[in-house]
Amino acid sequence: MPGSAAESWVYLDHAASTNMHPAAVEAMSHYLSTGHANPSGSHRMSRDSRKVIDEARDIVASIIGCKPGEVIFTSGGTEGANAAILGAVRRHGGRAVCSAAEHHAVLHCVEHVGGIVVPVTVGGTIDIDALGEALRAKTDVTVVSVMAVNNEVGSITDMETVSRTMRAAAPNAILHTDAVQAACWLDLSAIWPLVDVLTLSAHKFGGPKGAGIMVQREGVVLEPLILGGGQERDRRSGTHNTAGIVGTAVALAVNNNDRPDTVGRLAHLRTRLVDGITSGVPCATETLRDSVAGVAHLCFEGLESESLLFLLDEQGVCVSAASACASGAMEPSHVLAAMGVPRSLMMGSLRFSLGHDTTAAEIERAIEVTVAAARRLMESAR
Amino acid sequence: MKVLLAMSGGVDSSAAAVILARQGHDVVGVTMRLWGGESDTGCCSVSDVDDARRVAQQIGIDHLVFNFSEDFDEHVVAPYVDAHVHGITPNPCIECNRHLKFDRLIRRGRELGFDAVATGHHARIVEHDGVRRVARGADEAKDQSYVVHMLSGADLDYVLFPVGDMQKSQVRELASETHLRTATKPDSQDVCFIGTTIGRGGFLGTRMEFHDAPVVDTSGASVGRVDAVELVTLGQRRGLGLGGGDKRYVVDVNVDERRVVVGSEADLLSPETVIDTLVWPHESDVASLDGTTVLVQGSAHGARAAARIDVNGDLATLTWERPQRRISPGQTVVFYDAGDTVVFGGGIVTTAR
Repeated sequence: MPGSAAESWVYLDHAASTNMHPAAVEAMSHYLSTGHANPSGSHRMSRDSRKVIDEARDIVASIIGCKPGEVIFTSGGTEGANAAILGAVRRHGGRAVCSAAEHHAVLHCVEHVGGIVVPVTVGGTIDIDALGEALRAKTDVTVVSVMAVNNEVGSITDMETVSRTMRAAAPNAILHTDAVQAACWLDLSAIWPLVDVLTLSAHKFGGPKGAGIMVQREGVVLEPLILGGGQERDRRSGTHNTAGIVGTAVALAVNNNDRPDTVGRLAHLRTRLVDGITSGVPCATETLRDSVAGVAHLCFEGLESESLLFLLDEQGVCVSAASACASGAMEPSHVLAAMGVPRSLMMGSLRFSLGHDTTAAEIERAIEVTVAAARRLMESAR
Repeated sequence: MKVLLAMSGGVDSSAAAVILARQGHDVVGVTMRLWGGESDTGCCSVSDVDDARRVAQQIGIDHLVFNFSEDFDEHVVAPYVDAHVHGITPNPCIECNRHLKFDRLIRRGRELGFDAVATGHHARIVEHDGVRRVARGADEAKDQSYVVHMLSGADLDYVLFPVGDMQKSQVRELASETHLRTATKPDSQDVCFIGTTIGRGGFLGTRMEFHDAPVVDTSGASVGRVDAVELVTLGQRRGLGLGGGDKRYVVDVNVDERRVVVGSEADLLSPETVIDTLVWPHESDVASLDGTTVLVQGSAHGARAAARIDVNGDLATLTWERPQRRISPGQTVVFYDAGDTVVFGGGIVTTAR
């Protein structure tokens, strides 16, 4: 087992949280030490803080292709999803709709307000026909939430078709997309014109934890989730997290600038990872080929995720399986269940997720460790 | 040694972690997530996992959570409900040890390359006449050899009970001087998946149907009524709607015919008890114990009574030296040596009438 030096670890859990871009750390450090004034104050130090927030807002708007006034800084992806879904239902009443493979931040909100959960295809994206049917069957749908990229299997939703279907069947409903897992891999400015609300989490694209973005189209009205000083033009309250907002904007800019190169490089590494493991482990299969470049989801038929995770962890390879509950226990994946993945595959699933600093050497090490672990478990299962 | 320690978040397994770490073992603590439903008691709550994790962090060992909730449901909760449907009184803690701690966890430990699996039970593993056996823990009042009696010969070579030699007070002292947050945590008492607020009846009531039944005396005369015959236990005295009078005990529960029979203490006595689901740590035990007298314990911390044991295939008959109160079908009996220290095996009181 490697020592405590983080550099000897192979970190392939970037979809859970990726490391910060150095430029974002640097920008944040500056404002953590000097940006203490409340940006909503009236004196010059407050005005200085306010200026960097406004600049950050401009940067975000230019990347997403929205108006600066449509950008709301939040505490993260979960807040954004809650604000979009609960905010829509509280304001407009009616029903919420989402896909069965949504992140719990969306799914639990929709279930909480008694909404409709639409099935997904074997490819892990919303079943468009079922979505259309659900929307035509119920006339009171006020918000539809469909993720752009799935966090577990990396499936990419055709948002254009979703948008067209939804506009035709429920023209007055609000379309929200959880774009948390899309930020690193897709052009957000191509998604934004298709939706009304788009939410992001900074720590998934190289920014800090506890910071996020909600883009809310002008004219779309949501009941605010958090009441108070009304700092984000009454759509969200709470003292601005100056350093967090700066870190978010800088990270998004770096991410956007580097994306074409990163995606190309990682797509290649991803293929190598999948090929390396599936050729070395007879029971391993790739769940989806056409996923985003950063996610390789594999099922090891007949093996158990918990055992695989332990053996990988012991060798310093950090990956994940489905999602953890409050106790830290791995829960069987609702995404794989919704996709109809057989149980014998589902129980032995692992997600390897790559990030901007993933190296070829890390991939080779992950292949070596994973193949050895899976073979060993297959041996002991005999 | 690489040791996988089951950490419930209680003081015993916390102290076990300290001991194993001090002995220089490479220890990984694991909390098993067993019960997926709601409960305000026992070893499955998130706050217990928090306690186990924090203790592991303080000691400097790794801590993991294994999700065995499906196995727990299949091997413990579902059979618990099913037994009540048939008027049987099971011991879910023993089934949890049999199927989860000393089967599922042991298999996981072996698979992952651990040299041993440890738990915080107050029991010991000793050499006795050349073989390893479970023995009572040093603290008589806390002894848990009864609930871990099912360890097989192979398991006895693999399992460790680090606090088995200690008094409970020493365990708490050790946790206290190590500044563990679990040092003064009360012992768990109840069935972990049943909340104290809903109770057994509340838990079972949503999972099975109850039937009311007449309570009759041994002559067949009706003397009372119960709301749920499925919840009545042999030997029970309260909750039978009998009013005052002589002490009367439940001497028979017949769920199929929906009838409860009460009688005197003498009516409860029986000269013999038939048991099934026999476990013997070593194969040779059957032959060497057949026809001999052993000390038998019929409940956790219960009194011991001497009986001759006669094995007949999958069943065994215990012929008591002096007639004993009948033990409910589904309850576990454990055999000890004449010195009342070493476990020779055990079984479950048969349901066959």
